[in-house]
Amino acid sequence: MDFSIVWQYLPIMLEGAWVTLWITSVSLVIGLVAAIPLALARLAKNPFIASPAYVFVLYFRGTPLLVQIFLIYYGSGQFRLELTDLGLWGFFRDPWFCGILALVLNTAAYSAEIFRGAITAVPRNDIEAGRACGMSGLLLFRRITLPKAFRIGLPAYGNEVIFLLQATSLVSTITILDLTGISRQLISKTFAVYEFYLTAAAMYLIMTYALVYLFRVWEKRMSGHLQERVVVEAR
Amino acid sequence: MLDLHGYGWLLFDGLQLTIAVGLCAMVVAVLLGLLGSWGKLSHNWWANLAANTYTTVVRGVPELILLLLVYFGTPTLIQSIATRMGYDIRVDINPFIAGTITIGFIYGAFATEVLRGAFQSIPKGQAEAARAIGMSRSGVFKRILLPQAMRFALPGLGNVWMVLIKATALISIIQLDELMRKTKIASNATHEPFTFYLLASFIYLGITLVSMMAQKRAETWANKGVMR
Repeated sequence: MDFSIVWQYLPIMLEGAWVTLWITSVSLVIGLVAAIPLALARLAKNPFIASPAYVFVLYFRGTPLLVQIFLIYYGSGQFRLELTDLGLWGFFRDPWFCGILALVLNTAAYSAEIFRGAITAVPRNDIEAGRACGMSGLLLFRRITLPKAFRIGLPAYGNEVIFLLQATSLVSTITILDLTGISRQLISKTFAVYEFYLTAAAMYLIMTYALVYLFRVWEKRMSGHLQERVVVEAR
Repeated sequence: MLDLHGYGWLLFDGLQLTIAVGLCAMVVAVLLGLLGSWGKLSHNWWANLAANTYTTVVRGVPELILLLLVYFGTPTLIQSIATRMGYDIRVDINPFIAGTITIGFIYGAFATEVLRGAFQSIPKGQAEAARAIGMSRSGVFKRILLPQAMRFALPGLGNVWMVLIKATALISIIQLDELMRKTKIASNATHEPFTFYLLASFIYLGITLVSMMAQKRAETWANKGVMR
């Protein structure tokens, strides 16, 4: 084992780690924005709203992320002429766009399911108490249901964030140089296989547990009296 | 309307291999899960440390990195050790075995947590009572703990299986001819990547749906004797 070679390329590896964090945060924010209306659509009484949302969530949770990435990145090539006519080919030709789009759709589906569960888990008493105080509709949702659901869903959402961080490693398969991509590139240049992979693994480990810690602190602030913990589970 | 240009059977071959890898990896995962949950619950300090390190490390590193590390890293590591000792050998790992072991190793960590929870939800008094009427330690495990733990662990293990079978798509990266790689071959040959990747995604979705139904049945069967 010779880790001095890793030392030499460490700045490049750190750049890759930065790319990983950047992709994670962008997908996370857009995915979160998409997930809340999706969760509400899942809960809608109108079947024409609820069933498309159900199919979307089922598809993106029931198929591997790698297939989703390939379907968007390689699959869009089949419609090159149509996409060019629409002026969209510039986006679908770009691996960054395709990778982030796949991650956004994937995390939106998983997060929507978490929020749906959290919204249904809000105790009926709370909602009835809100109604008794004269709140209804949007005001009730904004003041009572959403804050409570957010607290209930936070541990599971923390898990989802950690999964997303690790899932971003898959975008290296469509030429993006994130931490995994950069390690693979450096290995093909230097042939120091396990040195680079072990370093990358250590970096992911640090990022993961830093996130776990942040979510734990956040949860304590949100619901110190309820005390739930983030545990990384298979989703 | 759907023209596969005769590549349908190729995908079917891939599906068989995907399921084979998935099942083998699941067996590895459950065995490691049993070992790991024993380690977590045991009073032995070393076993505790080993099991905790295992789950902490595996859950903090992406599957892809672990897969690449096992498939490409292990042979080079063995070779460099051998070279230092004066031997010149070439090690190649079979992608099926590398894939099975890596996926099993990763999901073994998740199975560990599931099984630990399951063993912990059995009232302590039951094992004590069994010991008191003279059952041996292994007898208690086989006749009291394991059957009940499996019932408690069923939903969690079903969940692990569904994540695991989707993760097998990654093995295509180490050139194993499973569903994902066969799809790539077919889409390259026909220049219709969308058709084939969409079809592949529906096949995975089919596996997920069948697994969900099987899990429901298994849970009803396992909870037959339990009052609700």
